[in-house]
Amino acid sequence: MDLLEYQGKQFFARFGIPVSDGRAVDTVDDAVSAADAVGYPVVVKAQVHVGGRGKAGGVKLATNAAEAREHATNILGLDIKGHIVRTVWIEHASDIAEEYYASFTLDRGAKKHLGMLSAEGGVEIETVAVDNPEAIAKIWIDPVDGLTPEAARQWVLAAKLNPAATDGAVDILTKLYTAYVDGDADLCEINPLILTPDGRVHALDAKVTLDDNAEFRHAWGDYALTQVRDEREEAAHAKGLQYVGLDGSVGIIANGAGLAMSTLDVVNQAGGGAANFLDIGGGANADVMAGALEVINNDPLVKAIFINIFGGITRGEEVANGIVEALSRVTIDAPIVIRLDGTNAQEGRAILEPHLSDKLQSKPTMLEAARAAVELAGRK
Amino acid sequence: MSIFVDENTKVVYQGLTGSQGRFYGLRNRDYGTQVVAGTNPKKAGTDVDGIPIFATVADAVAETGATASCIFIPAPGVQGAVMEAAEGGIEFIVVITEGVPAQDEAWFYNKLKRDFPQVQLLGPNCPGIISPGKCNIGITAGEIAKPGGPVGIVSRSGTLTYQALHELKLQDIGVTTCVGIGGDPVPGTTFIDCLERFEADPETKAIMLIGEIGGSAEEEAAEFIATNMTKPISAYIAGVTAPAGKKMGHAGAIVSGGKGTAAAKMEALTAAGVHVGANPTEAGSLMVEIVRNLA
Repeated sequence: MDLLEYQGKQFFARFGIPVSDGRAVDTVDDAVSAADAVGYPVVVKAQVHVGGRGKAGGVKLATNAAEAREHATNILGLDIKGHIVRTVWIEHASDIAEEYYASFTLDRGAKKHLGMLSAEGGVEIETVAVDNPEAIAKIWIDPVDGLTPEAARQWVLAAKLNPAATDGAVDILTKLYTAYVDGDADLCEINPLILTPDGRVHALDAKVTLDDNAEFRHAWGDYALTQVRDEREEAAHAKGLQYVGLDGSVGIIANGAGLAMSTLDVVNQAGGGAANFLDIGGGANADVMAGALEVINNDPLVKAIFINIFGGITRGEEVANGIVEALSRVTIDAPIVIRLDGTNAQEGRAILEPHLSDKLQSKPTMLEAARAAVELAGRK
Repeated sequence: MSIFVDENTKVVYQGLTGSQGRFYGLRNRDYGTQVVAGTNPKKAGTDVDGIPIFATVADAVAETGATASCIFIPAPGVQGAVMEAAEGGIEFIVVITEGVPAQDEAWFYNKLKRDFPQVQLLGPNCPGIISPGKCNIGITAGEIAKPGGPVGIVSRSGTLTYQALHELKLQDIGVTTCVGIGGDPVPGTTFIDCLERFEADPETKAIMLIGEIGGSAEEEAAEFIATNMTKPISAYIAGVTAPAGKKMGHAGAIVSGGKGTAAAKMEALTAAGVHVGANPTEAGSLMVEIVRNLA
């Protein structure tokens, strides 16, 4: 789950990381009041789940109430790469002497936490990594040891920040590591981390991705409200289905994440495109199947449906009965192609047999089924 | 021969008294696995269909001689369960549970490496391991696999693994061991751990590798294959068409910053001499061809 900047800053503040005083607001009047409260000059910042806000006109400096009103008016409702700005963050503008970059994430290859720190902040770290990799000081942290203050100090010295920033950076990075671990984040990034002319180190931005699997031990309810999902994804998640919306015309239902991904690939190889990724899990009973078909059926992009089921522990005849029952409950507009294989596939296909028609076809292999579905999707 | 487990492996099920644990534990026993114990601190002294329940893994090990454990505990309790198994003397720990926090996985993986280096962890979020005809620990449907050899399978995906087992069985090709390493960010057992053992196992003559987008495990496997593997390998990578930045069901299956794409993985494996199929069926056919050509 990705946090908006202001949520990330609130998250950081809970772990004692210094951030600017600010307010999150969603109307122009509130923006002006917030600006008055935090004190001019202020920065008006669009809160969206997408990068490149500055270039899109979503970050503006205001030195008085009239400017704050003007910027808030322009930014609220602004479309930034398809994301409409609903909330702006008003914070007191900081004086900047230097800009740094700092982050923690998991290095899957090393199976350790990776800290990255660079004196070249404020820009895309990917660009620095390519153009000037030695400008990034890296530290691999064993989760059992954690980040000790001594190790943090060595790391900061290796990054060659301004010596005036050393103590402040060690303090912030130690707290940022705690936020990353105890806060169950997949990513904690500060870009830029700034040094002010009077020698303070301070987080000017916040990019935080939380690990959805750890939600059981946190109170993250408010964050969920600001997540951007398309309507199809909302409907599918409400039914407990693993769904990702895509932009092709073949609706996909498969059991297992790997098989579902593979189904998208095969549809692509057959010359078509998938409208979605939908994993109904290991089994395929009538309730789950009916729910999945409803979600797919409500998607206007879908011109044909490809149900790809491999029976493992769930037997072919159970899967087939589930499909038949689901079809009796839900009226489906698009033609359906079913590929049923695995345990007791023969028995399952026999159950489907009397129901087959132009609008409900059964194919023995993934490839044949994909070709049929792609052809049907194109024919309409 | 098989890798990691065989017909003599005695297994304790942590979570046997829960609905999932009971269902799969009894299925595994029916398959022939030596399911010798379950644990539940509140139900010690009782049994699940004749399988004795102990308060702790240590008690179960002392009484039954179990060397492997299979964990069906809900995600919040997995870290505790893994450490209990290691401290209780278990050497092979299989975690079926999905949804374990990444911070927990990273912690117990490193804790085991340091304090219990003899322990092999498989998972979390994996279907388990099956050595057909000998031992089945986890949720794989045993009947879709033909015992014997000469193929060893290692996979990040559950259903694609079942599909591979099934296709090989239809061609009358047996499997020595099939290891599902799971789709999580910090898998206890890697492709390389399995490749190393398959290379050393005389009955495994060829290997099938099933990967997916995300991370760099397939690229690392390709590097290992190029310098260490003599046996022929076929592979399939799921997720060629997956868009960047979207999680595809598995916590690990996400393309980020242009890294971990299926194309890069397929290229690395091909360069290492692996026969890479464009879809699961093609990878299966490539394996059939490899097996037919074995001397």
